[in-house]
Amino acid sequence: MTSQEIQDTLKSKFGDAVLESKLDAQQPWIKIATNKAKSIGFFLRDEPSLQFDFMSCLSGVDYNDGSLGIVYHLYSMVHKHKIVLKASCTKDNPHIQSVSDVWGTANWHEREAFDMFGIYFDEHPDLRRILCPDDYPGFPLRKDFKVPEFYNGMKVPY
Amino acid sequence: MGLLDYKFESSNVFITSLENLLNWARLSSLFQMQFGLACCAIEMMAASASNFDIMRFGVIPRATPRQTDVMIVAGTVTLKMASRIKRLYDQMAEPRYVISMGSCSNCGGPYWEHGYHVLKGVDRVIPVDVYVPGCPPRPEALLEGIMKLQEKVRKESMSKKAHKA
Repeated sequence: MTSQEIQDTLKSKFGDAVLESKLDAQQPWIKIATNKAKSIGFFLRDEPSLQFDFMSCLSGVDYNDGSLGIVYHLYSMVHKHKIVLKASCTKDNPHIQSVSDVWGTANWHEREAFDMFGIYFDEHPDLRRILCPDDYPGFPLRKDFKVPEFYNGMKVPY
Repeated sequence: MGLLDYKFESSNVFITSLENLLNWARLSSLFQMQFGLACCAIEMMAASASNFDIMRFGVIPRATPRQTDVMIVAGTVTLKMASRIKRLYDQMAEPRYVISMGSCSNCGGPYWEHGYHVLKGVDRVIPVDVYVPGCPPRPEALLEGIMKLQEKVRKESMSKKAHKA
């Protein structure tokens, strides 16, 4: 299926939850409404003509304009087509639906995005930090992150 | 001072000080605490393998701090790992030594500026005896570090305060 057809299928089902897209990009992407992430995920996975059964990657982004983003890279092992989904939330209210029920891979990826960007994935079964220590101050990949002077009595900067 | 300098030619007798004998025994059996944290561990493994054969210096890898004399910190020390290193060092029996292997554990290495999670040198949490530079150091460099530590042990004295020579 081409990315245009994928977008049309998605639009016919979800209508205005499809916000924006760029299909002539090297990796064609579709922006979706944040509060629909989970149902769109289930639809993409289970719809027989789409069958996105493989999540290649889930990443967090800080756009440095007060908003944070999530990028989902999806692939279908059955149909051999792929698509990129994007969703965004604000820094003041960094909440988004978890898709770990849809793709098991998302569990750890969402924990990483939480660890690095402080994005809270609602209904995630186990939302803890995955790389940094549990008591690490702040979210290191945010653009406004400042390296702490001390961590547990250890000087951090060089 | 070599142990064999005071050997009598005619009979099977050595004359030496107890200090020399003990130091010789200790420096000839520096049991190593395995502490591979990153890519330096690969070079440490190569040093243990047959080409370089670190065991000819009496360095035998042990997996517990209770049985070891020297901790070779080989790799990037993250903040998360630093407290574990401190605890393992505390669990080692004295006299104990630390070899810091590679740029990361010497000073933070390539993470010195933007490494928000990296301890900039393992000497911020435990005392280091020998620094081995390199990124990663070749096995020969680690062997050199072992020999430097042996020199240090050889010069130690029970009557004078240790770690001063």
